Amino acid sequence: MAERDDDTLLVGSELRKSFGPTPALDGAGLMVRRGEIVAVMGPSGSGKSTLLHCLAGIVAPDSGTVTFDGQDLAAMRDRDRSALRRGAFGFVFQFGQLVPELSCVENVALPMRLGGTRRKQAEAKALEWMARLEVDHLGGKRPGEVSGGQAQRVAIARALVTEPKVVFADEPTGALDSFNGEQVMRLLVDSARETGASVVLVTHEARVAAYSDREVVVRDGRTRQVELVS
Amino acid sequence: MLGLLETGPRHGYDLKRVYDERFGQDRPLAYGQVYSTLSRLLRNGLVEESGVEPGGGPERKRYAITDAGVTDVSEWLVTPESPQTYLQSAMYTKVVLALMSGRDANEVLDAQRTAHLKSMRELTSRKQGGDLTDQLICDHALFHLEADLRWLELTAARLSELGGQFTG
Ligand SMILES: Nc1ncnc2c1ncn2[C@@H]1O[C@H](COP(=O)(O)OP(=O)(O)OP(=O)(O)O)[C@@H](O)[C@H]1O
Ligand SMILES: [Mg+2]
Repeated sequence: MAERDDDTLLVGSELRKSFGPTPALDGAGLMVRRGEIVAVMGPSGSGKSTLLHCLAGIVAPDSGTVTFDGQDLAAMRDRDRSALRRGAFGFVFQFGQLVPELSCVENVALPMRLGGTRRKQAEAKALEWMARLEVDHLGGKRPGEVSGGQAQRVAIARALVTEPKVVFADEPTGALDSFNGEQVMRLLVDSARETGASVVLVTHEARVAAYSDREVVVRDGRTRQVELVS
Repeated sequence: MLGLLETGPRHGYDLKRVYDERFGQDRPLAYGQVYSTLSRLLRNGLVEESGVEPGGGPERKRYAITDAGVTDVSEWLVTPESPQTYLQSAMYTKVVLALMSGRDANEVLDAQRTAHLKSMRELTSRKQGGDLTDQLICDHALFHLEADLRWLELTAARLSELGGQFTG
């Protein structure tokens, strides 16, 4: 595991999680620095998504700890953990993450609305982010009325609208062709670099992982650091 | 080089410059190579001299493509490159030798994987800072490295099955 230092933002260590007889995570660990983009790779079923869910406080591990900015997620009250997820974390998944009943701009504004921001202000900010991702013209459309690549940009805008400290992205280009996948990765990485956000990027595609600063491989629920930044 | 002359007559030096800019990447043309190629093309009637600047010497001559040269370029462009089959791979040899000698082939695969990912990361950052032609050339390299990596992954997943075949 990489050395811990002042720049450390998120640390998961000795994480174990079982859904049945075989463990999905079997002592996995991961450290993410501020502004760092870390790729999580590994075969299907190895535990990548489960690791991401534990790190993001969506799933509670059976044992092991996750600390964000020095705070132990397990020790936090549910309400505080939800607030943290809403404010400090952003999420991008492979698909099916936008609320179909809401327009694209309402979807992007949602995390701010849930955090108590007034509608007008939230939607203005949402449109700003949508413009950066070149999808502001789709504001009035529902997610079902836009293409997969466009929906993914909308999702990235939503993940970034609160200017989170960490963006968790699980196969963000999994449903896209090479061209759109490249564009989405470029936009995601550029936006993260601009705002100083860290990114935990789950992918099994090496070309996508190549956008990261460092990668970690998960095999059978255990992590192995492939390469450490010097 | 002949293809480059189709965009207009050039001096040998000029040809080298444009070639290096577009295609040189990590291997710029040598002057000797430029002039030996030009004299071969002259001999074959694919280029002709089109004016000499005062001062003399080969670097003052301008060369232009002939009709025969244009036909040659057209034919070359639509002739497909033969797809590389990569059936002789040092990576394959190393994995097999590791298995035959009872070593841990995972170490071979992991070392290769790390080297590949490092190259891919370098190409990706070069691509991000570059123009569209940089992107084209880097993406070509990236897709090939990715193909190797997919093979490494698949082989890693098959190692236990493979092990039995090579021992003894
Ligand atoms: N909610 C769940 N309920 C039951 N089992 C689960 C659940 N989530 C994950 N698992 C199991 O845990 C293991 C790890 O799953 P996980 O989704 O983390 O893998 P992954 O590496 O993300 O795979 P993929 O690349 O296919 O997305 C798998 O065996 C999976 O079946
Ligand atoms: Mg997954």
